[in-house]
Amino acid sequence: MNYETVIGLEVHAQLLTRSKMFCSCSTDYVNAPPNTHVCPICLGMPGTLPVINKKAVEYTIMTALALECTIPEYTKFDRKNYFYPDMMKNYQISQYDAPIGKGGCLAINSNGHQKKINITRVHLEEDVAKLLHRGEYSLVDVNRSGIPLMETVSEPEISSAEEARDYLIKLRTILRYLGVSTGNMEDGSFRCDANISIRPAGSKELLSKVEVKNMNSFKAVYQALKYESKRQRKVLEEGGTLVQETRGWMDEKEVTVSQRSKEYADDYRYFPEPDLPPLFFDRAWIEEIKARLPELPEARKERLMAQYGLPLYDASILTSSRAMADYFENCLKLTSPDKAKIISNWLLGDFSRLLNATDSDIENTRISPGLLVELLNLVDKGTISGPTAKAVFEKMFYTGKKASDIVAKGKLSQLSDATELNGIVKQVLANNAKAVADYKAGKQQALTFLTGQIMKATRGTANPAVVREILVHELGGG
Amino acid sequence: MKLSRQQVEHVAWLARLGLSEAEIEKFAVELSNILENFEILNQVDTADVPPATHAVPLQSVFREDQSSPSYPQSDVLANAPKKEESCFKVKPVLE
Repeated sequence: MNYETVIGLEVHAQLLTRSKMFCSCSTDYVNAPPNTHVCPICLGMPGTLPVINKKAVEYTIMTALALECTIPEYTKFDRKNYFYPDMMKNYQISQYDAPIGKGGCLAINSNGHQKKINITRVHLEEDVAKLLHRGEYSLVDVNRSGIPLMETVSEPEISSAEEARDYLIKLRTILRYLGVSTGNMEDGSFRCDANISIRPAGSKELLSKVEVKNMNSFKAVYQALKYESKRQRKVLEEGGTLVQETRGWMDEKEVTVSQRSKEYADDYRYFPEPDLPPLFFDRAWIEEIKARLPELPEARKERLMAQYGLPLYDASILTSSRAMADYFENCLKLTSPDKAKIISNWLLGDFSRLLNATDSDIENTRISPGLLVELLNLVDKGTISGPTAKAVFEKMFYTGKKASDIVAKGKLSQLSDATELNGIVKQVLANNAKAVADYKAGKQQALTFLTGQIMKATRGTANPAVVREILVHELGGG
Repeated sequence: MKLSRQQVEHVAWLARLGLSEAEIEKFAVELSNILENFEILNQVDTADVPPATHAVPLQSVFREDQSSPSYPQSDVLANAPKKEESCFKVKPVLE
């Protein structure tokens, strides 16, 4: 039997507010000692009152709008009741039946085809405390408790691990463009749970749904979903039955392991949070937030292609981060539009290579757009050769110095003077009689070798076109 | 509406209450009586009344996103029956 995979994703993102969701404790807790970013409110002391952080609501509205959700006029918070020591109050303040955003969508591009994944809802809640398991007992650090947490739920319309990964990357890119979350999975500010099931191809009925947790990287999400869709098919092929359960991804073993079966439906007894009055949104406020939304990655990609004639590949990578796209366009403000492809080549090539090698971000680079454009101008004017430009760029990357200063100090100006080059070429030919003989015997590679020797003798500054002309003349060819 | 024995046990479990056999019998009757009284309210026609979620006529109360100092760690942990490594110490939590 042919089966198809059906996946729905729930993504939790910590919002980049200064203070917590319902109290004024600082959110800058990551490197803080345990229980130092805590007050009676996030500690769930009786008699305290939460108050809603306006910025967190605004960030959630921004996200919901970017995902093309409807923002209802009325929304409220609810209590989700459960017993687990990660919530000091024994309930989490969340949203049940009136989320901030409803019915949106996100376009993904998987294996070259466009697909729209519908978004069920975007809602706001509070993060929970961190538990440290010590075997015989557990320890509770409340610092994280109360950090604004935005949950985005997709419809079960994702049909492969590849699509799931693409959805996550797209969603994260949007959150980063909006500046509402760091989107880092490694430190837990961006987390993903998946519901995955399979069904006979073409059928509408879903078989038992498995919830997969503990996926702490994009790679883990991809591998876990890949594993799980194979596992479920295998269970059925071997005549077994699938049970509704929660399974945890084990990174080292690369398998999912059953955590608990869902024989009982969760019974959270949601009810309206009596400590928080409902929210009625002023349309003018929503419109004002909408007007402030930055250009989103998809739109920007299309524009870069149309405005600068960039290929899809270049535009996709340049717009994969807002900082990269900003950098690109800041360069273009300083030079002419016909330089777009050259700048893109630098950004996608040497620049990205050095950023990766040094594990740094373009936001913190020492090469400002102005410095990069100055370098390109030196190449344009013929002051330095292409290979020299690469070397100069690398020096700029590590020192932040101006290209013209590096060129002047290192005497790297391009050598185009025919008389001077003539002497050097003659010298090189005299020293490499064998290569000369090889070339005359018809070995084309000998020419490449000789050019290399001349470049070496001039520390890469020789103008390649002039060198070639002289060489061919001296060797009696052409 | 008469609550079944299972429903009483379920409600007790949700509240983490241990009930004796006699208490289960007793609460099945008492809780049923309470529900019956509430059912009287069902006789009111509420078709045109939106559901109320709050009793106090307040709405859209926000605070600005400003942080202020938290409590000292020693105060935070002062009431903890058990603590270790500056954390609250609790029974083992099985995933």
